[in-house]
Amino acid sequence: MIEVTVKKALGQFNLDARFSAPQGVTALFGPSGSGKTSLINMIAGLNVPDSGRIDVDGTCLYDSTTGRSLPVRKRRVGYVFQEARLFPHLTVLRNLRYGGTHDEAQVIKLLGLSDLRDRMPANLSGGERQRVALGRALMCDPQILLMDEPLAALDAPRKAEILPYLARLRDEVSVPIIYVSHDMSEVAQLATTLVVMESGRVVASGPLAQVLSDPAIVPLVGVRSAGAVINATVSGRLLDDGLTEVAFSGGRLLLPGNFGSLGQKMRLRIPAQDVILARSRPEGISALNVLPVVVKAIEQGKGPGVAVRLQAGDDMLLARITKRSAGRMQLARGQQIFAIIKATAVGREDISL
Amino acid sequence: MLGAEEMTAIWLSLRVALVATLVALPLAIWIAYLLARKTFPGKQLLNGVVHLPLVLPPVVTGYLLLVVFGTQAPVGRFLSETMGVTFAFRWTGAALAAGIMAFPLMVRAIRLGIEAVDPGLEEAAETLGSTRTRVFRTITLPLVLPGVFAGAVLGFAKALGEFGATITFVAAIPGETQTIPTAIYGLLQVPGSEPAVVGLVSVSIALAMGALLVSEWLARRMAKKLGRA
Repeated sequence: MIEVTVKKALGQFNLDARFSAPQGVTALFGPSGSGKTSLINMIAGLNVPDSGRIDVDGTCLYDSTTGRSLPVRKRRVGYVFQEARLFPHLTVLRNLRYGGTHDEAQVIKLLGLSDLRDRMPANLSGGERQRVALGRALMCDPQILLMDEPLAALDAPRKAEILPYLARLRDEVSVPIIYVSHDMSEVAQLATTLVVMESGRVVASGPLAQVLSDPAIVPLVGVRSAGAVINATVSGRLLDDGLTEVAFSGGRLLLPGNFGSLGQKMRLRIPAQDVILARSRPEGISALNVLPVVVKAIEQGKGPGVAVRLQAGDDMLLARITKRSAGRMQLARGQQIFAIIKATAVGREDISL
Repeated sequence: MLGAEEMTAIWLSLRVALVATLVALPLAIWIAYLLARKTFPGKQLLNGVVHLPLVLPPVVTGYLLLVVFGTQAPVGRFLSETMGVTFAFRWTGAALAAGIMAFPLMVRAIRLGIEAVDPGLEEAAETLGSTRTRVFRTITLPLVLPGVFAGAVLGFAKALGEFGATITFVAAIPGETQTIPTAIYGLLQVPGSEPAVVGLVSVSIALAMGALLVSEWLARRMAKKLGRA
């Protein structure tokens, strides 16, 4: 359990943040300059708050009322920086061992580093560098892992190369992770808890699926990033059509591509702007997925948009439509309607196996 | 071409320059680190004092050394009485003068090197549990070695060629304080000594070139090790 309450006057704004994070991956999401990096630098001790308190698993790292501020080296944080920050004069193995040799064999295996051991950092690809940085952070036996946009500097294929390692890390290593990102598909694939920041403040926080299906979140994360996350199971494959069928509590969905194996569990993000609503079951349309849903909440935005929270089985979906459509459809809470989702609306980056 | 006196001057020069460089180097690294990485009151003053020998006429530096470290001067007498170290008119004095004249050049080169090291690497090392001292020893210093070599070679070359402060502070006593430059100057006052002058000048050029080549080679080797070549 991580508990953070900090205040600090920064250049353009005042950082005034409070959040708590349980086990698992806590994503700090927000636009550039919203104070995410400053916040994890305070946890690491690289940045000192003006006031507040930081606790990690019962250890107080900082408390302005008692004047306690543990030095960086004693905080036992594993920090993975955006630019990896490998030591250029040391081999991969010596980089890995710089902070300790905790679980060395397991870390090297988990991150696939055995072939890189004797290489110099300058001869590694961007993805390899981040894997080494991650391994180095893990081998110092941290009580918390801090990751500052570790994938931001990588192109899409490299990202896809690293993400499975991060997911394995989440599932196999019991260290809590704070993950800074401004990419919602990354967050949706990895996080268990979501903390949304804006101008130095925490504007929403809670379990990922809950925060992402809250219609009030749409203006905070932006229209493009909004979308609910559901858990589903691979239930079939339409080989001739190149489609995969997945089942969740609200029904079945057809998605493009062949992925996963039968019965495999997966996490799926359905972008809110790609969900179409209809009062009656539509016929003769190209969209493959039509789900019966119940309107649970409607949130008026400042602009022309409306966010609608929908219950599908035990899961929640989020749709973003125009105010005009909502009026024309006379949408109301408790109404039984249909959600239409194009198969191609869910991209490969929205699926995590 | 090179008589016994010239050979003595050459060996003495090498010894003076080497001692001056080696003694000044750790201090230069420390001062360069302070100037590159720390903020403290009086930083600009320190910077100014370090650079003073670069801009003052060498004769003035030599005179000041005489005033501070001369046999009758307070510091000079204190050092000679407590530690038995005398500078005035000794080869140690020549090394002191050469070291002080070379110091700003060494600090500048090393400071540039330290400023080129990403402070983010030092932060990363700290998050991995290192003390500041270990960070400096294992990260900053190895990465700054090319700068340290450059500074040392520059300082060595400067120390080898030091003239004004040396002759003012310790004169040119053959076998004690007569270095290559002061020997050349002395020989030029004597008619018919051109062969010896040419010999010493050639040695001077060879030593300077040699130092440059060694530093280039070291810098290239370092770059290769860092995988940047």
